[in-house]
Amino acid sequence: MPLPYLDDYRQGRLVRSLMAKLEERTAVLNRPVRIMEVCGTHTMAISRHGIRQTLPEVLGLVSGPGCPVCVTANADIDTFIEMSLQPGVIAATFGDMLRVPGTKIGLAEARGRGAQVQIVYSTLDSLQLARDNPEETVIFFGIGFETTAPTVAAALVEAHETGLENFMVLSAHKTVPRALSVLCQTPDLAIDAFLCPGHVTAIIGPDAYLPVAQDSGLPCVVAGFEPSDILQSLIMLTDQLTDERAEVEVQYQRGVRADGNPAAMALIDRVFEPTDADWRGLGVIPGSGLTIREQYAAHDAARNFEVDVSYSHEPKGCLCGAILTGLKTPPDCPLFAGACTPDHAVGPCMVSSEGTCAAYFLYET
Amino acid sequence: MNSSDNKRILLAHGSGGRMTHDLVEQLFGKQLSNPILDRMDDAAVLEHNGRLAFTVDSHVVSPVFFPGGDIGRLSLTGTVNDLAMMGATPLYISAGFIIEEGFLMDNLSRIVASMRDAALEAGVTVVAGDTKVVERGAADGIFITTSGIGSIPEGVRISCSAAKPGDVVIVSGTVGDHGAAILSKRQGINFDIQLESDCAPLGGLVEDMLSASENIHVLRDPTRGGVAAVLNEIATSSVVDIEIEDDRIPYRSNVRAACELLGLDPLLLANEGKLVAFVDADEAGLVLDAMRRHRLGGDAAVIGRVDAVETSRPRVCVRTVLGSRRILAPPTGEQLPRIC
Repeated sequence: MPLPYLDDYRQGRLVRSLMAKLEERTAVLNRPVRIMEVCGTHTMAISRHGIRQTLPEVLGLVSGPGCPVCVTANADIDTFIEMSLQPGVIAATFGDMLRVPGTKIGLAEARGRGAQVQIVYSTLDSLQLARDNPEETVIFFGIGFETTAPTVAAALVEAHETGLENFMVLSAHKTVPRALSVLCQTPDLAIDAFLCPGHVTAIIGPDAYLPVAQDSGLPCVVAGFEPSDILQSLIMLTDQLTDERAEVEVQYQRGVRADGNPAAMALIDRVFEPTDADWRGLGVIPGSGLTIREQYAAHDAARNFEVDVSYSHEPKGCLCGAILTGLKTPPDCPLFAGACTPDHAVGPCMVSSEGTCAAYFLYET
Repeated sequence: MNSSDNKRILLAHGSGGRMTHDLVEQLFGKQLSNPILDRMDDAAVLEHNGRLAFTVDSHVVSPVFFPGGDIGRLSLTGTVNDLAMMGATPLYISAGFIIEEGFLMDNLSRIVASMRDAALEAGVTVVAGDTKVVERGAADGIFITTSGIGSIPEGVRISCSAAKPGDVVIVSGTVGDHGAAILSKRQGINFDIQLESDCAPLGGLVEDMLSASENIHVLRDPTRGGVAAVLNEIATSSVVDIEIEDDRIPYRSNVRAACELLGLDPLLLANEGKLVAFVDADEAGLVLDAMRRHRLGGDAAVIGRVDAVETSRPRVCVRTVLGSRRILAPPTGEQLPRIC
């Protein structure tokens, strides 16, 4: 299963010619603009490919709240860690969560203290874990946006239908569009346009951003993740700003259909219902979270395990919140690269593979 | 968070990243300090009727059998390669086995047979051994520790601290193969991409390189922590800046594909049959030709160069296809698959 196409999107000649075109277009626009890349994978790609340093000076890129690990509130992380320490529990999680610090300890330390923490790549692997360990309860930490929620929903449906009683999910899933609308209303956030997440949009469809474009007058372009994708999307946004348009356009045509993925959306709706969610940095956004429906209550870890996380609080001195909302950049944080590094992280943005601080630390310091 | 008296060993302490480095330097290095150990090269160099290289390596790989090799072959080549990276001719190996009660005798036999085959391939002799069996649960199947002795030819002075501005950086072949092969077989990330470990003894390749040039300054095998870890160690030890170019690094397309899917950087993945060489620029062509003629160096390529340090801190950069530079940081913690 080779992926030769990646090389095409990274060709030096192609990306340099796109960069030259972007320079021309920003010269036509002739004013400074700030564009928010919403998605953590975009943030990483921008840092990893050195895009930020080569952009025209007038074009500023600001990172948004699109790293699923980073926006997860400490109370949710602490809840999962407390559950992992319960006897008879196997805590299953995507790898990113392992190093994230909780209020007292992180999952890696919980594992050092005897918690059974298992890293899985796919939710379906955590189902297998439950089948292989019938005496234990497997709790999967459901985090992430519309990209990961359908697979978790599929696992819950399968567990429910096959009577796999020892499989549970702690859901801290979040949905993107409402968070963007809230961001648009942040008074200090002078954003001119959004670079929208390609994978999330492959599920929810580009129309989900119409309120952002129409009500807030901010251009949106749904972008792919290769350097050429990102540069082409920035050209499209610059052109919209020059033409004073505020539309939703899709650069990532090879991944996104006009109606998104209706089957995945239906699956989300079948298993989850909207709830208020606490976002690190943004606070509680009504209806922006996904909680497990009553029908699947037997598989809802939140309903079946009681843990006390009243001690939970956000890390002191850490600017993750302001960084997630584009108000600050990592070098603004007094802890950055000093007290807070990937090995001794204070906030999640430093350890997640899509975290803004990690991107700056790994590739740009 | 934790006070120091209840800190514990985490898996990340064994990952080859910063935490490993700190543990080795601040605990082992401090308490066992002596002039030979303090050099922190791949093998110790001992003066004893000529110069000897001496090293030890423990192997705890899971799964024990993987595409392209097994723990037996790995434990043999790992130590042979550490000796070769000092420019030494590997000679004698000892092997210690810690075996979990219940381990299949047939599997043990397969493992030892592949050690024998690898020893033949590497031209070394296994001259001493030890076996311990522990209760079920006290080890994960089998752990093998090997140590090895090699002799360093007259005139060869290779060290992690010998890189000089103007050197070019050569890698002997595709990067990340072993790490990707192991990850593809680990629980939870099984997928059907054909990936194979590059596990192989490098003594012969090094011998050919040393015949081609006397100006090879550094040799390292980028095992745990990958190319990123060894380049950072060399930059620090030699007090130089290193710049490599993104589009000159050789990869197998399947390894790239697997890394894209899992969100991993192949520069951080382990290799078990590759080396990184720092060579005087004038002789790079000679060395490269010699490498490409060897069976294990067919894909050898110049990937970068060494510069004088720009700031107070030596650093490793990658020149991207856009022409911009980004930092290549040493790995932190375990290499973990991303969430989406």
